[in-house]
Amino acid sequence: MKEHAVKSQKMSSALKPAHRTWRGWLMDWDLYLLLLPGLLFFLVFKYVPMWGVIIAFMDYSPFRGILGSEWVGFKHFVTLFTYDQFWRIFRNTIVISFYNLVFFFPAPIVLSLLLNEIRKQVFKRFVQTVIYVPHFVSWVVVAGMTYLMLGTQGGLVNELIKAGGGEAVPFLTTPEWFRGLIVSQSIWKETGWGTIIFLAALSGVDPQLYEAAIVDGAGRWRQMWHVTLPAIRSTIFILLILRLGHVLDVGFEQIFLMLNSTVNEVGDVFETYVYREGLVGGKFSYTTAVGLFKSAIGLIMVVLANWIAKKFGEEGVY
Amino acid sequence: MVYKPTLGSRLFDTANVVLLILCSLITLFPFVYILATSLAPLSQVLRGGLILWPERLTWDAYHTILTNRHFVGSLWITVVITLVGTFTNLLFTVFMAYPLAKKRLKGRSVILFLVLFTMLFSGGMIPSYMVVKSLGLLNTIWSLILPGAISAFNLIILKNFFQAIPEELEESARIDGCKNMGVLFRIVLPLSMPALATFTLFYAVGHWNSFFSAVMYITKSELWPIQVVLRQMIIEGSTQEYQEALSSAEIQVLPATIKMAAIVVATVPILCVYPFLQKHFAKGVLLGSVKG
Repeated sequence: MKEHAVKSQKMSSALKPAHRTWRGWLMDWDLYLLLLPGLLFFLVFKYVPMWGVIIAFMDYSPFRGILGSEWVGFKHFVTLFTYDQFWRIFRNTIVISFYNLVFFFPAPIVLSLLLNEIRKQVFKRFVQTVIYVPHFVSWVVVAGMTYLMLGTQGGLVNELIKAGGGEAVPFLTTPEWFRGLIVSQSIWKETGWGTIIFLAALSGVDPQLYEAAIVDGAGRWRQMWHVTLPAIRSTIFILLILRLGHVLDVGFEQIFLMLNSTVNEVGDVFETYVYREGLVGGKFSYTTAVGLFKSAIGLIMVVLANWIAKKFGEEGVY
Repeated sequence: MVYKPTLGSRLFDTANVVLLILCSLITLFPFVYILATSLAPLSQVLRGGLILWPERLTWDAYHTILTNRHFVGSLWITVVITLVGTFTNLLFTVFMAYPLAKKRLKGRSVILFLVLFTMLFSGGMIPSYMVVKSLGLLNTIWSLILPGAISAFNLIILKNFFQAIPEELEESARIDGCKNMGVLFRIVLPLSMPALATFTLFYAVGHWNSFFSAVMYITKSELWPIQVVLRQMIIEGSTQEYQEALSSAEIQVLPATIKMAAIVVATVPILCVYPFLQKHFAKGVLLGSVKG
């Protein structure tokens, strides 16, 4: 029966080459129907906004709409680059991103290496269960915990300091503490979850490689250097590329929740600026230009990083 | 071959275990502190210091917030958003992933490229806001559900998963007279239960934790999901609603304790769901699909 079905299909494609593609579309009409909602979604919520960036080149007014608003070319971009506020948010974004790269990025790698060395599976699984939890908690809860523990009035740490005779430290309203707080929060929340991908790569390492290394006299450190680390090298590379592509994305919700007037100087980043000046302040065109700048840089960075990775002989992301 | 650990090796192992225990403690500490303090009697809290264990289980703080209309209302809204939202997510994602898993589909590579591109570039906050506004979705829960209906990342993983299902199964179903939809519902979906369960839980957690979308799109406080209310309570100081609740409470509760109880209530659903999730990533379900 199967033969017959296959044969008749082959015959029909041989007999009607011109209609073959037509038949292809027709045969799967129900599949295209299934695709429709998804396609509509991407069109409306992803691609239409992409075209919406056109208002970055106009003086958009909600009253006159897109067609009625005046075209101003690069005016907003010029304003952008000459505005010292812009350089402030640019600097803040880059600095926080850099801190994240130096402190936050290696943390899951180190932790997964440590976990990998544990032989007692029960203990390993226990630790894993615990460290994954913060990932599922919302940033509001994390910020809330931070406030409750580091606040000056009634905050745990400050109460302990005061009880010890010291003066309360305004952790949450001092610019010097802000970046450290942000990175610490990220580390607490996401390190555990970040180990998953490395542990998966590490679990694929052939035990014979370890045995060979031991035979050659390698101690724990050398084993790690020559067997374990190379196993996760590609994973690290790929994640580094992805991170580079997102160099200007510094965790908007997290920062938004921790911002206040005193730390704006160091904490204001692209997205928070766009929200404040754009959605709240009403400068639609200008902030769209800011957003476009950010997205464009992001795209360039990903493409660049991917190209670099390929040059190093690693698989790119795409 | 017998593995004889050297002294250095054993030291390393001990240090490793100690370090990992430390990490676990640091991870758990905020939860324990907040839970304990929220359940501690007023006398213990007023004494100050580090509370890790309540002397006596005191439910006053929980009573205060759970009788607060605003708080409870927002909990309900969040439940609705999570249920409707997750269902919408699954519907859209599955319906799009299944056709894309068929290599013979015409236009497939174009569509896949279009999907992938959205992961690299986006219109930004303002244009997205304008789209939602012009669709009339502001101040409705749909503004929290539709703009995030499909995660491109999840779509690709699910597509890969569907692709990994052996073609023979589909073919044998076709011989038995199944059309595309039949194959989807009778063969593919039942086989994908683990992956679907994982996605469901991830999408659900995402909805439960949704915060910023609500800040952007919803100004009516009755429609605020729990995270927005939580933020108002804890970070912005006090809301009028819970100030009222405080003054009407027969028993005395500290604002800090109320805030902690609120955090616990907002987090407990996630923690309940967590064991189910754990089961699945232990199996490496997600990663199998990512590698493929």
